[in-house]
Amino acid sequence: MERPEAPEGAVWAEHVAPDGYTHRVLARGTVFRLANPEGGACAHVLLHHVDQPWERLNVADTVKVQWNAYGGHLLLSDQGRVLASVESESGYDALCGTTPKGRDMFVRAAAKHGLGKRDLPPSLSFFQGARVRPDGSLHFTGPAGDVVTLRAELPLVVLIANTAHPLDPDGACTRLEVTAWRDQPTGPDDPLWTATPEGRRAFENTHEYLSARGSA
Amino acid sequence: MTVVAANAGWSALIGAGQTLTIVDLEGNQAVDFLVYSAADTAERYSAQDTITAQGNIFLTTGSVLMSNERNPLMTVVEDTCGRHDTIGGACSKESNTLRYGHHTRPQHACVENFLAEGAKWGLGKRDLVSNVNWYMNVPVEQDGTLGIVDGISSPGLKVVLRAEVDVIVLVSNCPQVNNPCNGFNPTPVRLEVA
Repeated sequence: MERPEAPEGAVWAEHVAPDGYTHRVLARGTVFRLANPEGGACAHVLLHHVDQPWERLNVADTVKVQWNAYGGHLLLSDQGRVLASVESESGYDALCGTTPKGRDMFVRAAAKHGLGKRDLPPSLSFFQGARVRPDGSLHFTGPAGDVVTLRAELPLVVLIANTAHPLDPDGACTRLEVTAWRDQPTGPDDPLWTATPEGRRAFENTHEYLSARGSA
Repeated sequence: MTVVAANAGWSALIGAGQTLTIVDLEGNQAVDFLVYSAADTAERYSAQDTITAQGNIFLTTGSVLMSNERNPLMTVVEDTCGRHDTIGGACSKESNTLRYGHHTRPQHACVENFLAEGAKWGLGKRDLVSNVNWYMNVPVEQDGTLGIVDGISSPGLKVVLRAEVDVIVLVSNCPQVNNPCNGFNPTPVRLEVA
């Protein structure tokens, strides 16, 4: 497949075929964009902190700390820090995870970063999702959204599997486009830093870690 | 039979076909819970596979606790409470700083119990994943709003789990005092393997 058009200086530009996967190490501050050009992609995503991959995406803390199951602006690690900030009009699915096919792709992508099955926590998906009825039952909501933009707030291993949502009755998806370019991490002057007290404390924890480590 | 003190952890190997009964002795007490296949602990509880397999976020009688390999680990064979959470995760010192402020970092938390109990079985930080919160009430509103609200549990309610394979279970009798999941007063629970 041809590479997608990417901005000048892009560090990553790739089409991910249906039932394909990709992975990359991204520097802090890198912006990465997931696009859904044919409308049927389902991007299953895992994030690990590249310095210490036992610190990784925690979907439970992500939904709990932001008080919402369907979306938020921060993707949080289990250490109370911000792995990535996110702009997504269609939110994300933090409840349903992936399929056995998606998991198999995560296993292989993780292996290429020296990570094994124990390193694979619950995942997040974009562009396809589900909603919860009052009795707790789940219903699949189908495709939604064209673009999701993420910003690495720590240096990351990014794992992406493009495969059908686990509740999708058709079990099919279309290609996904990934592009990334160098940019700046969120800073104290950005509105997002202080948008919520919980988020501000997550950015403070992230800054404190980076300062002590000598990389802020 | 074991009484697990308020705030304490517990773990055990439970053989296929055995049952684990968890009794909320004084009511309104969340019991955080993880389960691993004893034969290969890289195979462990998956909240996401569990809720997609049953098409519902709440756990109750008939719910099968699925592994990350989509195999049944345990089945809820009796539940006198009605529903339990598996999307809210465990409290940690780190997430407490976000939810309740940096001053709460010294407080005890479920992840501390999981790490201490897991270490007895060779399990570590990488092995902690989204868990079950027995007796915890986490409804999701139409707009996605989610909160840990007052428990629906009362004294003496019980959950009975049957092991489908040999499993290792880790339990944290939740010490959280900053939200209503333990009625702001953590209390003991009774566990029985039979």
